[in-house]
Amino acid sequence: MNILVCISKTPDTTAKIAFVEGNTKFDENGVQWIINPYDEWYSLVRAIELKEKNPNVIIHLITVGGADTEPIIRKALALGGDEAIRVNNTSNDSMVVAQEIAAVAKGGAYDMILTGKETIDYNSASIGSMLCALLDTTFIPNAISLDVNGNTAIVKREIEGGEETCETNIPFILSCQKGMAEQRIPNMRGIMAARTKPLKVLEATIHNETTSIQQFDIPPAKSGVKLVDPSNMDELVRLLKEEAKVI
Amino acid sequence: MVLIYIDQDEQEIKKASFEAISYGAALAKQLGTHAEGILLGTVKESVEALGKYGVSIVHQVTNSGLNNFDASVHATVVTEAAKKLGATVIVFAHNINGKAIAPAVAVKLNAGLVAGACALPKTDAGFVVTKTVFSGKAFASIKIETPIKVISVNQNSFGVIVGEGNATLENLDLPVPASKIKITSIDKIKGEVPLTEASLVVSGGRGLKGPENWGILLDLAKALGASTACSRPVSDADWRPHHEHVGQTGIQIAPNLYIAIGISGAIQHLAGVNRSKTIVVINKDPEAPFFKAADYGVIGDAFEVVPALTAAILKSKAGA
Ligand SMILES: Cc1cc2nc3c(=O)[nH]c(=O)nc-3n(C[C@H](O)[C@H](O)[C@H](O)COP(=O)(O)OP(=O)(O)OC[C@H]3O[C@@H](n4cnc5c(N)ncnc54)[C@H](O)[C@@H]3O)c2cc1C
Ligand SMILES: Nc1ncnc2c1ncn2[C@@H]1O[C@H](COP(=O)(O)O)[C@@H](O)[C@H]1O
Repeated sequence: MNILVCISKTPDTTAKIAFVEGNTKFDENGVQWIINPYDEWYSLVRAIELKEKNPNVIIHLITVGGADTEPIIRKALALGGDEAIRVNNTSNDSMVVAQEIAAVAKGGAYDMILTGKETIDYNSASIGSMLCALLDTTFIPNAISLDVNGNTAIVKREIEGGEETCETNIPFILSCQKGMAEQRIPNMRGIMAARTKPLKVLEATIHNETTSIQQFDIPPAKSGVKLVDPSNMDELVRLLKEEAKVI
Repeated sequence: MVLIYIDQDEQEIKKASFEAISYGAALAKQLGTHAEGILLGTVKESVEALGKYGVSIVHQVTNSGLNNFDASVHATVVTEAAKKLGATVIVFAHNINGKAIAPAVAVKLNAGLVAGACALPKTDAGFVVTKTVFSGKAFASIKIETPIKVISVNQNSFGVIVGEGNATLENLDLPVPASKIKITSIDKIKGEVPLTEASLVVSGGRGLKGPENWGILLDLAKALGASTACSRPVSDADWRPHHEHVGQTGIQIAPNLYIAIGISGAIQHLAGVNRSKTIVVINKDPEAPFFKAADYGVIGDAFEVVPALTAAILKSKAGA
């Protein structure tokens, strides 16, 4: 069974968010890069768990990005990926990224493609759905558990106000979120092994962007908190009613 | 024409759709065109009544197979509808279903997508849509370069605009592909407004010390008619169910009112709630970082402040 896990690089969750070049570029200065938490903790670790149960599973990793994503992909290999592909395209347009992944997937005969629920930088939650259209494959979003039985997958997913359990046959695409698996830390053996695992670089083939980022802005800071005396909750209720008009 | 996807679940139109329609109608006006809706499946309530949010026509594909959500099937049908009706902009709510189909529709229509728009596009020079990025810590203005555009609208960012009028209901006959997903069970938390749809949310953190102390928070939520949420350590420790976890790795919400009780306000927590319209923080530590992100703050012991707030709300409601 071949599993393709989509890995993206994001700034660490505590990174300072600032912009340069007239607010047109994210300021990467001093930023620590991590594997997007949804990709690492949920899709990758679940793929590794499936491999631990079934040694016939091969975990393929793909990332679309520049050479600076290599430490991230090496970490994913250290956690337990078997081999990796990096498509050398630095576009920020989800459509371009999805098309690059689809181009690789078309030639790869993957039984399942796992993505994270969303990236924590651009928060688009788009790649899985785009792959669904590009590859004409079933897509189950917001998966919180995945079990495989022969060719059938049993998936639990979040729906608004609850959970849904469903079944589908391979091939399929899932976007993964909390519940799928637990975070792991790579061990020394994994880190050593990752150095020699194959990482193939493919040149970009998609160049037509459908969107372009014009500018970034930081939201204005809150004007300052208004403190209410803990013994005067009537005043807080009045403020919420008359000033904020939210209750 | 601006086509708005009307999301339904168990034959009830989702609240998020009203905002998507309001947004689509305002955009149509700005572009000098009109707004129409597309509804898949059948619903119990009046579809004509959606006219008051600004759609003149609602096209309905009344195939009961569409009452179960399948991203691939729904995206195919919406795409065919958009082509047949000649839509140039397709608008979705950026909720679970909208996120799952808008990108696929964008692919099928060769359209640029902005996922998570938080304002109307600027259309004087090109078509530029603002969205939140970095989990609410910044905005990006994104230009869509293609003739057809797809936008999903962040929940609670534009608001619902209620006017007058009824929509005409038109049946749209389109082939519906068979779903390859078999739904075996649906498990809903009964009687609760889903967090992402809630306009009032009361949330608790580790400061409440243990699950046995949640009664005061639940009483407050009940007095307000609010949904409940929690910080990650709280759901990790199973004090509260996982679906209540808000933040960077949990659910992102943007209610009108978010009351944080005994939550320190770590950056990863704020990432899930910082788009709330009004934030109230109750914390005994005046140095808690959450106060910097708050509109109203109460420095005090939750075990005293929260019951007092509940009493004040009940008193105010009884008086009104
Ligand atoms: C990659 C990553 C992702 C994360 N994602 C999330 C996420 O999605 N959501 C999330 O919430 N966290 C997330 N976290 C964890 C986050 O960093 C914080 O650890 C967490 O939010 C703290 O939870 P808390 O505020 O409930 O607890 P604490 O930080 O322990 O704060 C408890 C607060 O309660 C106050 N308090 C104590 N007693 C009382 C009292 N009697 N009355 C009033 N106040 C009192 C204290 O002053 C304190 O401010 C993430 C962390 C990482 C590294
Ligand atoms: N550049 C990329 N390379 C590989 N996978 C990606 C990339 N960007 C996003 N993804 C995958 O798509 C998921 C959703 O991302 P997004 O649609 O950008 O929010 C991520 O969690 C990743 O699994």
